[in-house]
This record gives sequence, C-alpha cells and structure tokens, in this order.
Amino acid sequence: MTAVTTPAVTPVPAVDPRSKREVARQTAKNERDAQKRLTSKPATIVAVLIAIVWTIPTFGLFITSFRPGADSNTTGWWSVFVDPSFTLDNYFAALNAGGTALTLSASFINSLAITIPATVIPIVIASLVAYAFAWIDFKGRNMLFILVFALQIVPIQMALVPLLSLFSRGLTINGVGIFPGLELRDVDHSFATVWMAHSIFALPLAVYLLYNFISEIPGEMIEAARVDGAGHGQIFFRIILPLAMPAIASFAIFQFLWVWNDLLVATIFAPSSSLPITQTLNSLSGTWGNQWYLQSAGTFIAIIVPLVVFFALQRFFVRGLLAGATKG
Amino acid sequence: MSDTKSVVVTRSPRVGSRSTPIIAAAAAVAVVALFVFLVVQPPSPDARPVSLGFSLNSLFKWLGGLNPLVQIPIILVVFLAVVGLLLVLIEYAPRAGKGYFYLRLAACFVIPALAFMLLRPYQNSFIFILLIALIAGGALFFLDYRARQGAGYLFQLIVFTAPAAILLLTGLIYPTIATLYQSFFDKTTKNFVGLENYLWVFTNPEGFFSVINTIIWVIIAPVFATVIGLAYAALVDRARGEKILKVFVFLPYAISFVGAGIIWKFVYDFRQGDQIGLLNAIVTGLGGQPVSWLDAQPLINTLFLLVVFIWSQTAFAMVILSSAIKGVPAEQLEAAALDGTSAWQSFINVTVPGIRSSLIVVLTTIAIAALKVYDIVAVMTGGRANTSVLGFEMVNQQQRFQSYGHSAALAVVLFLFVLPLIIYNANQIKKQREIR
Repeated sequence: MTAVTTPAVTPVPAVDPRSKREVARQTAKNERDAQKRLTSKPATIVAVLIAIVWTIPTFGLFITSFRPGADSNTTGWWSVFVDPSFTLDNYFAALNAGGTALTLSASFINSLAITIPATVIPIVIASLVAYAFAWIDFKGRNMLFILVFALQIVPIQMALVPLLSLFSRGLTINGVGIFPGLELRDVDHSFATVWMAHSIFALPLAVYLLYNFISEIPGEMIEAARVDGAGHGQIFFRIILPLAMPAIASFAIFQFLWVWNDLLVATIFAPSSSLPITQTLNSLSGTWGNQWYLQSAGTFIAIIVPLVVFFALQRFFVRGLLAGATKG
Repeated sequence: MSDTKSVVVTRSPRVGSRSTPIIAAAAAVAVVALFVFLVVQPPSPDARPVSLGFSLNSLFKWLGGLNPLVQIPIILVVFLAVVGLLLVLIEYAPRAGKGYFYLRLAACFVIPALAFMLLRPYQNSFIFILLIALIAGGALFFLDYRARQGAGYLFQLIVFTAPAAILLLTGLIYPTIATLYQSFFDKTTKNFVGLENYLWVFTNPEGFFSVINTIIWVIIAPVFATVIGLAYAALVDRARGEKILKVFVFLPYAISFVGAGIIWKFVYDFRQGDQIGLLNAIVTGLGGQPVSWLDAQPLINTLFLLVVFIWSQTAFAMVILSSAIKGVPAEQLEAAALDGTSAWQSFINVTVPGIRSSLIVVLTTIAIAALKVYDIVAVMTGGRANTSVLGFEMVNQQQRFQSYGHSAALAVVLFLFVLPLIIYNANQIKKQREIR
C-alpha cells in the first residue's frame, strides 16, 4: 500500500527561494518566447513568398489583359517592366467578342441567371430535409441520412445522360409514353433544366452540411417554441432559418462559386443561347486561336462576381460550414 | 371505427389499427397493378399530352421568353411561394379539429394529382396516372390518420422530405441505375455485350491511361493541396497581415478551371523563338531549350495539369484548416510553449491532432473533386498526349463518339473509385453520431 501512496507526495515542489526564482525566470522567458512566436518574422516571410508564387500566374494574366493584343502574342507579359504599354481596349473588345451565338456580355448575364436560382433552390430544399432529419423522429432516420450523404459518390458524369434524356424525351416505359419531355432545348434563354440539374447535384452535400449545423441548435429553444404552440412550420421559419444563417451563407458561397465556375453541367443542359460565361471563355480559345488578349480580359470579367460574393459573405465563410463536422 | 372523435391530438394505438398495414398493403398492390396495366397496354404513338391548360412546361416556356435578368426574381418568387405554401400546410395540418381534418384530406388528394397533371401525362396513360395519384394520396391520408404519433405527423414528414426525395430519385438514383444497366450494352444501347465495355476500359489506350491518370490524380492532388494548405494556414496564423495573405491564396479558388487553364497557358506555353510562357522563358533564360510541357510523356504532362488543380484546391484546404487551427484550445498551445517545446513540435503534437477531423474532411473532399475532374483536362489538353482522366474520357466517349456503353463503363469504374472514400466518410459520421 505504501508503494502506492508515496509517489503522490513527492511531486510537491521543494520551496527553497533560489529554485523558486529560477522557475519564475524560466517561466517569464518561455512566456516571452511564446508571445514572440505568435507573430514571427520567418513565418511572415515564408507566407509572403508562397503568396507571391501563388499569385504570379494570375498576375501575369492580369498584366496581359491590359496589353495590346499584338504585344501579348509575341512577347512575355514580363516585358512590360522594360517596355510598358497599356490599354483598356481588350475589355471592351472582350465584352462583344464571343463564339458563334453569344457574346461574352450576354453569357455573363446568363451566368447570373443560372447561378442565383441554382444557389437558392437547393439550399431551401436541403434545409427542409435537414430539419426533418434533425428534429423529427422517424424510423430509419440514420440509414436514410447516410444514404443521402453517400449519394455524393455519384459522379455528375454518371447522371448526365439519363437525366438529359429524361428532360428532353420524357418518360417512356416498354414503349408506352407516360410523360412527355420538357422540350426546352429549342427555347431560347431557358435555364430551367440547368437550374434543376445543378439543384439535384448540390443536394447531398447541402443536406449533410446544413444537417450538421441545424442539429446543433439547442433543443430547449425548439421545445420552448413548441410549448408556445408553434408547429414544425413556424419553428422552421422563425427559429431554424435565422439561426442557421451562418451555415446557409457559407454553403451559399461555395455553391455560388461551383455553379458560376461550372462548365460541364451547363454545356450539357443549356440551350445554346443560355450558355454561361465559362463556355464562352472556353470557346474563345477554341475558335479564335490566338486571341489571348480577349481571353485574359474575359477571365477577369468572369472573376469579378465570385470575388464580390466572397468578400460580401466572407465573415460567414467557414464558421457555419464546419460546425458539427469537426467533432470527435 | 367506433371512435367518433377522430381528430383528437393525443391518441393511443386504436382498436382498428391492426387493419392499418392490410389497407396500406392493399393500396400498394393497387398502385403496382395499375402501373403494370399502364406499361403493358399497346403503345399509341400519336397520343397527345393532357394538361389543365397550364403545366411546368408552359411555365418554363413563358419564362424562357423573358430577359434572363427578369427570370431570376420570377423563378425565385414562384419557388419560394410554393415552399411557403408547403410550410403553411406543415404548420396547420397536425392541429386538431374538423377543419384541419378536411385540410389534410384535401391536400392528400389534390397535391399528388396536381403534381402529375403539371407534368402533362399522355392521353393513353392519363387515367392510370390519375388513379395512381389518388390511391397513393388516399393511402397517405389513411396512414397519417392512423399514425401512432397523431394525425398530421406522417403528413409533415412527407411534405418536409418530398421535394428532396423526388429530386434525388429522378436526378441521382435513377440515372445511376440507368448508367449501370447501360454499361453492359453496346453503342446502340440495344445489344447486350456483358463485360466487354469494362474490358475495353482496361485494354484500350485511352481507357487505360484515363484509369492510370485518375489514380495519380487521386493520390497526389489531395496530399499536396492539403499539406500546402495546412502549412500556409499555420504560417499565416503567425504572420502579420493574415487576412490579406489569405486572400492571395484564396483567389485561385474563385477562378473557374476554364480561367485557370487560360492563366496557366501563360506559364506552360511552348514555341520557338521568343517565349511568352513563363516556364520556358526561365528555361531559355538559363540557356536551355524550350520544352513542350503539356506533351511531355510519360505522365509528366499529367503532373503539370495536377499543378493547376493543386494551385486552385489549396485554397479550400487553407480556408477550412485555418479556421480549424484557430479552434485548437489556446491553453493546450500555451502549456506546450511553457514546457519549452519548439514551434514545430507543438505544431505536430498539439495542433495537428487537434484538427484531425478537419484534415479528413479536407482530404476526402479534395480526393472526390480530383476523381471527378473534367474541366482542367478539357480546357488545357483536351485529353491529348495521354492526359485523359475518367471524368473527361466519359464525356468524350459520349459526346464525340456517341459511345454510350464505353462511357457508362468508365462512369462505373469511377464510381468504384469513389466508393471507398464515401464508405470511410460514412463510417466517420456514424461514429460522430454515436458520440453525441
């Protein structure tokens, strides 16, 4: 028994004044070090170096977008440092340039018309399901939740063709027509199929992230509302939606970026007059070969919107996204 | 049904509840039978769609005629109005009282019938479809009415989940099954060929290289993007001007892969004479010969494409990990510092274990993105010089060669690659849910 009790006594520090002073000095020194470590010069320098390396390619294109077209086809962008010549013409030219059907400015508008609904619709639908998963008890809830999460597995590419034929040709089983297709392929400026496709592909991740956040909302608040006579409809609208705003905003940023930058889904589903800016940018390279000055200006026109969205919503950015996802 | 006060809220399982499953099963049988009758009837090629005068189709056609900018508010108002209506139903349906009883009854019959009518069924299937809708609605009403948790409970649940369920079923689950089925058929989609398409994937050069390249992508991209993102997040955590520095690395993430492809053209460009690509300018500046980076084989060109992907995805890792690092309790770091550990030691022993779960989220997310990559390859090389990946080759086979069987087989192979990642993640979720 003694063998057990003795070690508990020994850790009590010896209290002679000299070692006490020694410990105090050491602690103060370590504290100073720790303080200094909070902002360290080497860290700043390395970070700045990485930032420079990361930005050089974009910076090069940025310079190119202001150089006269003939120059950027023959000399590197860095030659502006010796021989500066700048112009804004590229931007005006790019806005009116384009593939066969569509100018860049028109496809910029198309991108807006695709992206805003394709961000709002999946978020609303996903938050409804996320609420049901989090706050309505039902059999098989866990299984279903994992199934929805696992649907992220489906590569978009795998769903494209069947979904496209469903949209355009409708549902026919065994030769018996049941529903006709939406037949929107020839409707100019129709975005409906693109909205639906983007909404569908966004759902699994949206449900997962919003569920993580919504299930963390304290149960007492919901109980209290319930006692006051609120049903699920009011609880969802008055309590859950406002409280889940950080998560909704952060997912909205990502969804906005993904849809805005998407090439594949829009290429497959949009009628040719509804194609987004990514498609027009891409076709500038395909059909016009060497008009890099147009592409470079176009690229920066396309970046403006995501950057505005990012800076406007950045305070929500990760706060909502990570809640609950990083436990354990 | 001896109970006359049928709409009381608190109810225990009632006397007649044993008949509930029987009636539910009868309804299910009726729906299936109707469906079978529907699909075995002789096809009538000149059947016309039936509609109520308005349909989803007419709404979308009308929208398409408007200016794109005007379409945004209109579709949002229509969509949010429908959702608002659903929420009102959810709110009122479970209440007790005669009026609410009839509200549920009406909703159960009207909503499914209306939904089907909005899709404009063909004349010959119109009656079947309407009957299916009515029987399903009636069964829902009945089951809801008999629910142990009180009338309205099941109704709420269905309304909450139906929109997502319908979208996921038509947009992901059905297409996946259809693609799986298609992968065993040839180009014409009529003749069964067994595993021939899969054999093609692994023996044909395009298929084979896209498999190899995809494996390279999924191994290299997440590791590099995460390590660089983590290092950068840790560095800016101690650097001055953290916010500005973060924006610089975030910037590529806001740029589309199409834009990224254009940006990196000015790095990888290859020509004789004066170079306009940065990399070759450096090489020739040092006295070397210009190199055609995107044609360099074997696999080197794939690595150059990977650089672009990592360049963009590092931002994602950095943003998530940076906030995770800030979540590591300060006391732990202070304790480590007071013990006199070096910055490196405390990073490895305190910070990294503290953000383990975020690391997993980031790694798997980037891995899945790398598996599905399409745009970079399409924009930068178009799959030339053996740079193709599964996600690109699939679309390529289908759009350029109309080879649906090959395309479907490639999709299934890709699906098999993603599978372990999702199973791993699903297990993680399960564990987390058990902890709670």
